[in-house]
Amino acid sequence: MFYYLALAAVLFAIGLFGVMTRRNLIGILMSLELMFNAANINLVTFNRFIAPEHIVGQMFAIFVVVVAAAEAVVGLALVLVIYRNWRGIGTENISIMKW
Amino acid sequence: MTEHSYLIALLPLLSFVMIVFFLRWKEKVSAGFSIAMILTSWVMSIIVLIETLARDGVPYEWFYVFVDLPRFAPEIGILIDPLAAVMLVVVTTVGASVEIYSVGYMHGDPRFSRFFAYLSLFLFSMLGLVLANNFFMIFIFWELVGLTSYLLIGFWFEKPSAADACKKAFLTTRIGDLGFLIGLFLLAIYAGTFNYNEVFDIAASGAIPTGILTAVAIFIFCGAVGKSAQFPLHVWLPDAMEGPTPVSALIHAATMVAAGVYLVARSMPLFITSADASMVVAVIGLITSFMAATIALTQNDLKRVLAYSTCSQLGYMIMALGLYGVDTANGHHSPGFYAGTFHLMTHAFFKGLLFLAAGSVIHAVHTNDIREMGGLLRKMGRTGWTFIIGSLSIAGIFPLAGFWSKDEIVAAASNHPVFMFFTLLIAFMTAFYMSRLCFMTFFGEPRDQERFDHVHESPNSMTYPLMFLAFLAVTAGWVGLPWLSHGFSTFVYSGEPYHAHANYWLMIISTIVASSGIVFAYFVYYKKSISSDMLAEKFASLYKLSHNKYYLDEVYGIVLLEPILSLGRFLWTFDARVVDGLVNGVAWLTMLWADAKQWIDKWIVDGAVNGSGWIVIQGGNILRFLQTGRVQFYTLFILVGIIVSVFFKLDYAPTDAGLPQTSIIVIAGIILIWFVGRMINARERAAQAAKHEE
Repeated sequence: MFYYLALAAVLFAIGLFGVMTRRNLIGILMSLELMFNAANINLVTFNRFIAPEHIVGQMFAIFVVVVAAAEAVVGLALVLVIYRNWRGIGTENISIMKW
Repeated sequence: MTEHSYLIALLPLLSFVMIVFFLRWKEKVSAGFSIAMILTSWVMSIIVLIETLARDGVPYEWFYVFVDLPRFAPEIGILIDPLAAVMLVVVTTVGASVEIYSVGYMHGDPRFSRFFAYLSLFLFSMLGLVLANNFFMIFIFWELVGLTSYLLIGFWFEKPSAADACKKAFLTTRIGDLGFLIGLFLLAIYAGTFNYNEVFDIAASGAIPTGILTAVAIFIFCGAVGKSAQFPLHVWLPDAMEGPTPVSALIHAATMVAAGVYLVARSMPLFITSADASMVVAVIGLITSFMAATIALTQNDLKRVLAYSTCSQLGYMIMALGLYGVDTANGHHSPGFYAGTFHLMTHAFFKGLLFLAAGSVIHAVHTNDIREMGGLLRKMGRTGWTFIIGSLSIAGIFPLAGFWSKDEIVAAASNHPVFMFFTLLIAFMTAFYMSRLCFMTFFGEPRDQERFDHVHESPNSMTYPLMFLAFLAVTAGWVGLPWLSHGFSTFVYSGEPYHAHANYWLMIISTIVASSGIVFAYFVYYKKSISSDMLAEKFASLYKLSHNKYYLDEVYGIVLLEPILSLGRFLWTFDARVVDGLVNGVAWLTMLWADAKQWIDKWIVDGAVNGSGWIVIQGGNILRFLQTGRVQFYTLFILVGIIVSVFFKLDYAPTDAGLPQTSIIVIAGIILIWFVGRMINARERAAQAAKHEE
């Protein structure tokens, strides 16, 4: 169980790091996917090792995958609009909310 | 109709309201409407009088108690007895004549409509006063009448003399009204009711001590003294002549001043319980009558002579009523009551006529001074002849109205030699000064040719009322012919009806007295065979006394006004120094206190408010750099927040450090260090950008 969890933590950290540091919106979205999947691994792991008689964790993981797909759709659509407006998808460009 | 007699009073009120609110801008409509209303009232009054005659004078009473308290239950009600019915007809007749006359007299006045509104309000008050069935209500209308009198005397308030006169009239009558009010208080205390009949029943039953009854009667008489211009409160009436002449005719000759006589006649059952009170009434009446008659002999203002004549005649009536009270209290029979009320009626007609005719003369000549008139009969036939008829009537010439009523007053005085003597003397003087007016005004040669040339007869709206009243001045007395078995004397009575019987000796004596007055005036002022200047010189002191109205105004000035004015001045000084000082001192202290508070407000309260604002602005200036506009920067905060909350949630203890906790702390530490670095970096860049922009 430790290894699974460690994998999930590493994966999550990588995703987090990607979200924090990437300047490309596509990259940020991809890193988000990594974080989703780290959480999914956790869910499945806990389901497997703590309460194997139910499959709630696995169900939830699938649910998360579905939501993630929807989120990706919305996110990519936003990216497209942003690209059209700014001719670029770098996060440093879209700082109109700055002080 | 009798049960709807309240309408007689309400119609003029309707006219007043309509004129004030709706018709004011249309002068002719205003006048027409008020005349229509008073004519309706007049017709109704005549019907009421006929119905009262048909009932043999049985009183009709209707009332409604609107405040039902144990000792104070004022009522609204009407009482139609013969006296009230006669008064209604008198008031509406003179009122209608005066309103029609005013159309001509007030023509072109800028406040034409208002004049008719006031007249209507006055007629409402006067008719309400006549209709009232209790002392409370009569007092209310009494005051209303006083108010309208004030308004009408001061109708031409641009004239200072008119403004002064209306104040004088109001204040002088108010003194009498105060007495009336005290009388009402005594009634409320001792009788517990204001209703005429109940009060009279209680008075007759002897439940109230005689002393109190005398006081009540005298206090009520005080009200009459003020309103009917009796000595010593008569001084307002001559000055009231500053008002328009129709007002003088209506209010100060025929109706309002008669209200006092009416009040005494109304309260007669009270007076007959007290011979003392009645004696006071009779003596006051005699003094007034004699004094006013002597003053009237020497005045040169046409209206003032008539005013003093009114005073004198009212004194006559009051005296007759007082003598009736004295005789009845002593168990004798007396015609005084009926004589007084009879004279009240006839006097209203002929004095109203005289005033209206005088107004017509003044309207044409534009002066009040009879020394500037003369020979006017040639130019003003109708006015002149009606005036002469009125003069003969008031002088008591057979068979005009004044003869019959004055004769009864002489008869009433016949039991009291002193009164008898003065009554005849006054009758002589009355005949003399009225003839003097006639000769000076209408006969002889004009003394002011220029004025005389511009004189013309007044319009029909003025002369027709004159002729109508002249007709009444001739005939009104015939209802009281002593040969009638059901004449005025058996109709209007208090207690037992008095059956008049012709006293030929008295008739002859009074006719001789009146004629001698006229003849004397004829020689003095027409034939000039007796010089009036010679008479004035021969009786210089008497002449001066009369000409200066017994110096009563001056005496009042010294005895009453001067102390009151000096008290007023003292109070004014006191007010200016002490009261104003106090007030201003308080204001000064308040301002000082306000200054202190202003300082506190400015520096402490405002300082706190602005200070907190300043702190917030400065804080914002620092913290605004957190808003980087970068999504990832915000995510970082979320992350740090999560780490911190997880840190606390896991109840971290270093001793049993598990891997998750340790790793989380390590990650959080790294991220925070990184964040601070970024933060400093961002500020430096912002500063550089600002420099760059400059």
